[in-house]
This record gives sequence, structure tokens and C-alpha cells, in this order.
Amino acid sequence: MSSGPSVSALQRLVEQLKLEASVERIKVSQAAAELQQYCIQNACKDALLVGVPAGSNPFREPRSCTLL
Amino acid sequence: MATDGLHESETLAALRSEAEGLKGKLEEERAKLHDVELHQVAERVEALGQFVMKTRRTLKGHGNKVLCMDWCRDKRRIVSSSQDGKVIVWDSFTTNKEHAVTMPCTWVMACAYAPSGCAIACGGLDNKCSVYPLTFDKNENMAAKKRSVAMHTNYLSACSFTNSDMQILTASGDGTCALWDVESGQLLQSFHGHGADVLCLDLAPSETGNTFVSGGCDKKAMVWDMRSGQCVQAFETHESDINSVRYYPSGDAFASGSDDATCRLYDLRADREVAIYSKESIIFGASSVDFSLSGRLLFAGYNDYTINVWDVLKGARASILFGHENRVSTLRVSPDGTAFCSGSWDHTLRVWA
Repeated sequence: MSSGPSVSALQRLVEQLKLEASVERIKVSQAAAELQQYCIQNACKDALLVGVPAGSNPFREPRSCTLL
Repeated sequence: MATDGLHESETLAALRSEAEGLKGKLEEERAKLHDVELHQVAERVEALGQFVMKTRRTLKGHGNKVLCMDWCRDKRRIVSSSQDGKVIVWDSFTTNKEHAVTMPCTWVMACAYAPSGCAIACGGLDNKCSVYPLTFDKNENMAAKKRSVAMHTNYLSACSFTNSDMQILTASGDGTCALWDVESGQLLQSFHGHGADVLCLDLAPSETGNTFVSGGCDKKAMVWDMRSGQCVQAFETHESDINSVRYYPSGDAFASGSDDATCRLYDLRADREVAIYSKESIIFGASSVDFSLSGRLLFAGYNDYTINVWDVLKGARASILFGHENRVSTLRVSPDGTAFCSGSWDHTLRVWA
């Protein structure tokens, strides 16, 4: 007869929301600084970002033709 | 009895208001820590240089829309699946097709390469995820060795092996995700919580532990504990279906692409959205996203046939790539970050570098 969530569904939702509310959080400023730090530390290895020495990216090398 | 009905509706009302109160409190707690924007922190970071990114290979052979692709850990082989039921394994250096199998269903929406490189998994409208060992014996029929692993009650939208060939994680139109043992086909854990079809999933990088993120038609991105089956964090800021989710390489954040034409970045430790990648001129949905190796670039494929390259830190678009002649449906960066591959409804895949 009742449409919409049942009592047990709502009880589960309330428990879930309590769990999510209890998550430990840090400030965005700190989180952002760490995301940025990771980028900077790994930038030199990022071929799509900085490029790699000519010849060492297999996709940029000219392809040799194979005779069948 | 009439009094039972009254009691139930009082309980329902009390629970509803408790839920609303908790949601409000969650937003408040998140807002308290929102002291700055990511792009503000990134103001002093060097701007990106000019990009030279072009199509280096075009993989032709599918007879219909390409729906999904995945890289092998050897950084060279690619598996792709299509609306016509075909799953193809390619050598992306030579563009040669190494294996091909025809599935018994059309719309093979999900495919994945096993970590060993010795098998692939795929599925779609058959509601299953099947594993095919890859054999180089020309006399062996690949389809004969097929093993059905996962069974959902609606279409399979995404699949991924965990860190070994032994377990597969699946997402389905039935609103659930599930973890399966490949050998026995046994269901190890199921993940309930999405209010509609789940469209995508991504496993956290192995160093960060046993979690994964999923996105769905309920506009929610949910982070799950694989052992307990519990949702540990949920984010609901998109305005439409989330088509793609991908972890930032450090595992501390993830990006999403949505039919609302935006991509967003969510930081897991700040527990909130920290960036939106959007432009007024971009009005078509983002179907697929992936990060470059350092996390500085976010590649996103769109339904307007383009690929936008976003500066993750500064929030601006760094480049736009043209080439596909129909929707871009799938996109993944290679395991060593030297290239990325996109698949499209134009029946082709392109490798860009």
C-alpha cells in the first residue's frame, strides 16, 4: 500500500549517511597541495606531458614496412 | 490494524527527517573544509607548453560502433569490443589483429585485458561477463574455451580484473557491482547502493588498498570497500548520468565524465568535488576519461566526436583533438603513459601520442 521507500530501506539509508558523515576529512588546501605535488614530482616521467627523446616513443617512430 | 499503519507512517516520517538532517550535516562538514579552490592553489604552477598530439595509428576492422577498449600491461596490445558482437585483440604498434571472437550477443559494452596478458573478459547485453583465454594455436577455436564468470540481471556495463587473473569486478544495468572468482564463477561480494544502472567502475591503484569507485545513472559516484561491500563515500554533484570514472594516479582522487557535459575531480581525503572541467561551448556528454601518468592532464572523449585535454590543476582546457567521425565512446591511456587510445562509434580506434 505504501509507495516509496520502506522503513527498512530508510533505516539502511540513515545508517549509511551516519557512516559517510563519520569520514575523516582534510582541508581542500592541503588536499590540493598534495595533488599538485604528485603532478610536479611525476611530470618528468609523463611522456604525453613533456614528450620523450626522439626515437624512444614507439608510436612516434616511423614504421618500417614489412614485406610479406 | 489501523494503528499499525499509523505507527509505520510516523516511523517513516521520523526516519525521513533524520536522513534529511544527516544529509544537511554532511554538506556542512564538507563545506567547513572548503577553504580554497584547486585552481587557486595551482596558480604558481608552470603553465603547460604547446602540445603535439596526433593520431599515430588507426585500428580498422570493427563492423560497427566501438564501445569499449583496454590496454594489455605489455603497453602494446589492445582489446576492443563492438556493437556488432565482435571482440578484437590488436597489436597497436603494427595495427595487426591478433585474435577475434564473436560474442553471442550484440552491444558488447565492456571488455578488459587480464593482468597476465593471457586472457580477456567481455560482456554486454548477454548480462554476463565471460573470460576467454588467449591462445596462439591457430587450430584452437577461441570461443570454445569461453568461461562464463559473472551473471547479472541486466546488461554488463563495465568489467575489470583486480590485481590478478583470478578475480573480476563487474558493473551492471541492474544497479549493482559485483566481485567474482574467475575459476569457480562464484560471487564473492556484491555492492548495492546505486539507485539506477551502474555505467562505469575503476579500481584504486594497488598501493592505495582495496577500494573501487563506480558511477551511474543516478548521478552518483560511489567509493566501495571491496572486502566489506560497504559504500564508504558517495558524491552527488553531477546533473546527469556518470559515464566514466577514473582514479587519479596517486589514488587520492578520481575524475568523472558525465552526460551533463562536464568532467569533475573529487578528492577522497577532502571528501568533496574540487574541480569542474567545463566550457559553455561544450554541450555534449563526456563518455570516457583518463589521466596522463603524472595526473596533470585529463583526456576526455565526448559525444560531439572530440577529445578535450584538460589541465587538471588549473582547470582550463589545454587542447582539443579532432579526428573521430562519430561519438568517442571509450578512452584509455597506455600503462606506461606514452600514448592513449580512443574508440568511437565511427567503428575505429585511434592511438594518439
